[in-house]
Amino acid sequence: MKKWIPLILAAIMAVWAFSSLYQPAETGFHTREFGRLPLLQDGRFQPFDSVARNSLLQIRTKQTLETDSNATLSATIWLIGVMMSPEQADNQKIFRIDNGEVLDLLKLPEGPKYYSFNDLRPSLDEIQKQADRIDSVDDSKRTVFETQLMKLYDSLSLYQRLKLSLKPQDTDDFAAELNAFRNSIVPGLAAVEARSAGQKFDQNAFVTFISFMDKYQAVANYALPNIIPPSDASLPRDDWENIGTNLMQAPRTGEISQPAQYYAAMVSAWRGDNPADFNQAVAQYKVWLADRFAPQVCKARQEFIFSTIQPFYKAMVIYVLALVLALCSWVNMSDWLRRSAFYLIILAWVIHTFGLVFRMYLEGRPPVTNLYSSAIFIGWAAVILGLVLEKIFRDGIGCVVASFAGFVTQIIAHNLALSGDTMEMMRAVLDTNFWLATHVVTVTLGYSSTFVAGFLAIIYVLRGVFTKTLDEETAKSLGRMVYGIVCFATLFSFVGTVLGGIWADQSWGRFWGWDPKENGALLIVLWNAAILHARWGGFMRERGLMIMAVIGNIVTSWSWFGVNMLGIGLHSYGFTRAAFCWLLLFVASQVAIILIALAPQKLWRSFHQNTSGLTA
Amino acid sequence: MFNKLFNLCSSLRLTVACLVLGCVLVFWGTLAQVHLGLYKAQNEFFRSFFIFWQPVEGGMKIPVFPGGYFLGTVLLINLLAAHLRFYKPGKRKIGIMFIHLGVVLLLVGQMLTDALSRESALHLRIGQTQNYSEAQRDYELAITDTTDRKLEKVVTVPWTLLIQHVGWVGSDRPLAVSGLPFAFHTRTFYANSDLSEKPAAGFEQISNTSGLGNGFYWRELPRETAMDHVDTPSAIIEINNAGQASGAYLVSAWFNQPQRFSYNGRNYEMALRPTRYYMPFSVSLLEFHHDDYPGTDIPRNFSSRVRVQNPQNKEDREVLIYMNNPLRYSGLTFYQASYDPDDNGSILQVVRNPSWLTPYFSCLLVGVGLVVQFLQHLIPFLKRRLAS
Repeated sequence: MKKWIPLILAAIMAVWAFSSLYQPAETGFHTREFGRLPLLQDGRFQPFDSVARNSLLQIRTKQTLETDSNATLSATIWLIGVMMSPEQADNQKIFRIDNGEVLDLLKLPEGPKYYSFNDLRPSLDEIQKQADRIDSVDDSKRTVFETQLMKLYDSLSLYQRLKLSLKPQDTDDFAAELNAFRNSIVPGLAAVEARSAGQKFDQNAFVTFISFMDKYQAVANYALPNIIPPSDASLPRDDWENIGTNLMQAPRTGEISQPAQYYAAMVSAWRGDNPADFNQAVAQYKVWLADRFAPQVCKARQEFIFSTIQPFYKAMVIYVLALVLALCSWVNMSDWLRRSAFYLIILAWVIHTFGLVFRMYLEGRPPVTNLYSSAIFIGWAAVILGLVLEKIFRDGIGCVVASFAGFVTQIIAHNLALSGDTMEMMRAVLDTNFWLATHVVTVTLGYSSTFVAGFLAIIYVLRGVFTKTLDEETAKSLGRMVYGIVCFATLFSFVGTVLGGIWADQSWGRFWGWDPKENGALLIVLWNAAILHARWGGFMRERGLMIMAVIGNIVTSWSWFGVNMLGIGLHSYGFTRAAFCWLLLFVASQVAIILIALAPQKLWRSFHQNTSGLTA
Repeated sequence: MFNKLFNLCSSLRLTVACLVLGCVLVFWGTLAQVHLGLYKAQNEFFRSFFIFWQPVEGGMKIPVFPGGYFLGTVLLINLLAAHLRFYKPGKRKIGIMFIHLGVVLLLVGQMLTDALSRESALHLRIGQTQNYSEAQRDYELAITDTTDRKLEKVVTVPWTLLIQHVGWVGSDRPLAVSGLPFAFHTRTFYANSDLSEKPAAGFEQISNTSGLGNGFYWRELPRETAMDHVDTPSAIIEINNAGQASGAYLVSAWFNQPQRFSYNGRNYEMALRPTRYYMPFSVSLLEFHHDDYPGTDIPRNFSSRVRVQNPQNKEDREVLIYMNNPLRYSGLTFYQASYDPDDNGSILQVVRNPSWLTPYFSCLLVGVGLVVQFLQHLIPFLKRRLAS
């Protein structure tokens, strides 16, 4: 029986991971169909679903929403609500505020964590006032209060722009309104012309027409996504417009564009609680799109599928499970636990890889394009290293490394994703797949392997000091693992760093400029080279090697995140303030481990009886 | 004695020490950029033999830590000495040989780059043609004899010389430059300055000068240390012959026209301008494009279409320069660096770096070396492991 448990467990998790591919047919409003519709935002085509998820993630730090009745709403349903019936959406508790000082300012009670737009409405002026001041304060000089208030301010602006992205503020029956608008165009234009010629004009027609135009002007100014495609697919893709801009064009042609009419029909049906009409409008718009914008529809659908599967989240859950099993296997040394962990990690890695490749396909880019994807990729590579170690040494250490790395990097990635779209477009200088594929990937592999070496060293220290499980053989194999991985790390970080220099030479004519990120990479190379030379020279043994490898963790984390926080140089695009506290915490933990490792050998439980094991 | 020194120079201990000190230096130098700015930190930490500490403003400077040049040189000596001492040719050492050769090439190449490379900028408006580029941080005093408009004669003096010259004022020796019928005094030199037409706090009025700028107000500013800020110098130059002063003039990088004066019946123009590097060919800007991604302000592309005309070999062709795609021509490389806010002008970075290829070879050598070296160890290890 125990022989089969690992496989059965892996099979169950596999079914769970891909179960979200199967979705029962929608009844009522076809919101998923709506979520697949394409639009242009942040310079790229994406489905409504992505706008919904990214916005909700930014505002609420989650991709879903719980209602008062404890039901879970998808991001798309939330977005439809915001855009089509904002007066109801204003009551939803979506704004996450954790900072006590911000809550004090807004006179809100601490505790519920999430607040609705209506809760914040009385303080909007105050927030605006504070934001105006803070805006002039340099990013890196802001206090926690100021940062948090700006975050809230950004969330509010996003929310208010979304509210105006589909219909004007007080419109109820949008379809009927557009009819009235169309009918007002001819008399309205005549009145405008007559008025400017100083002739008698129809005051009523003039006012009606102008008030429509004012309304749509407001939408044109604030609406966020460009949801209306150009009338002809051969026009440049920049010609996608937001609905306000599109309606402002209507007087020129005398007609209201088909897509605007479909969207208006959806709004009216949603507000009138009429699923049949809503679904019909969505279906008709899809047919209209299919003839003209097949590639964009396809791209949006694929991204929708990617978001629905959530491969990175699924992989993370399986990594956690595997980590627990692998740690248990150390306690009672049972092989079936270790094998279960091993199979689960392979499964999680397959899902991880699937996500990585899918993302690359969607973006049309190599795996690492920003800080978020670097976390995903570092984890991915570390898992491979862990699996290889497990295959060679079969002692559960590789499993722990792999599952821990997979899990932690997904957590980091998740938090990095909170700042918005993770598939944003690449700035001109970064817009080169060749260098992204070579320099960025190699350097990231260097990070990854340095972390793995450091983590192996932590296992050595913790098991050696606090348990009796670090026998001589395990200690020796850990020593070999760390050495081998450091060799690997040296290779990747050196080649990656020099390739980066060559890229810089190609882009702006200097191989090396002592930019902070370059220095960070150089630091890893120097440190790894120092470790190798110190070992070859015999200046340290196992314990010294482990301590140096743990320092390697600090060096790498500094190079990955720390240099971005200096806010200078060409690579300072990834500044994240909250990450700074975490970085400090991480460095502190590594220092603690080094101090533990420096404890005299009689305190090492594993070497208590066997003093020959420890040499330093 | 020699043996002892040789043993020290070739020891692995020295290697490790250099590498660890290098780590500290890089870390420290990076942190220092926050306060000093990229440019100054670079010069003080990496392009120096020692890092100095100055306990009192204006007092003694005490070397406290080895700088980049020092560590690089020691590492280079260490590497070469170690090879002399330990390495015998053979299959097992070939990886190490490759790696170290690559590292030597990299270090030497970078030292050569530091010594030989020159960066300048070529700022062109659409339709403009130019046969020189301008230094980004260095200035020169250019005095042009314009009496014969067909044959203008230019004499240039680097600003570093002028800055030194101010120090000589006490001895009251005017600066004589070959090619000029007169000598001159640098009365005041502000390496970084601000000019104003109206009185303002901290500004001092300029008087007793002729031509442009008399009656202006000026003040000295601290030297810029950040990478993206440059100094704007101003100076008062007094024309002098045989101890006879004949007029003082304000020259400033703020002015975009020269001072004009006459001396002994000849007409001259004098300007403090960015140092010019002349090229044996000319470059014209035909078009410049700057696109953002739709609906964002993320730049998608910058490109300049230029025309290169070389009278020497009658070459005349159009080239497109854009991000990550520079033009390499006659020992110079032209990069798309920046542009004018109105999108009607482009700034190209012009780099002369004879040793630009060294990193390419170095990367190849070290990469191959590391792979060979590690496989030599990994394969036997895996064989043993999998056999057991």
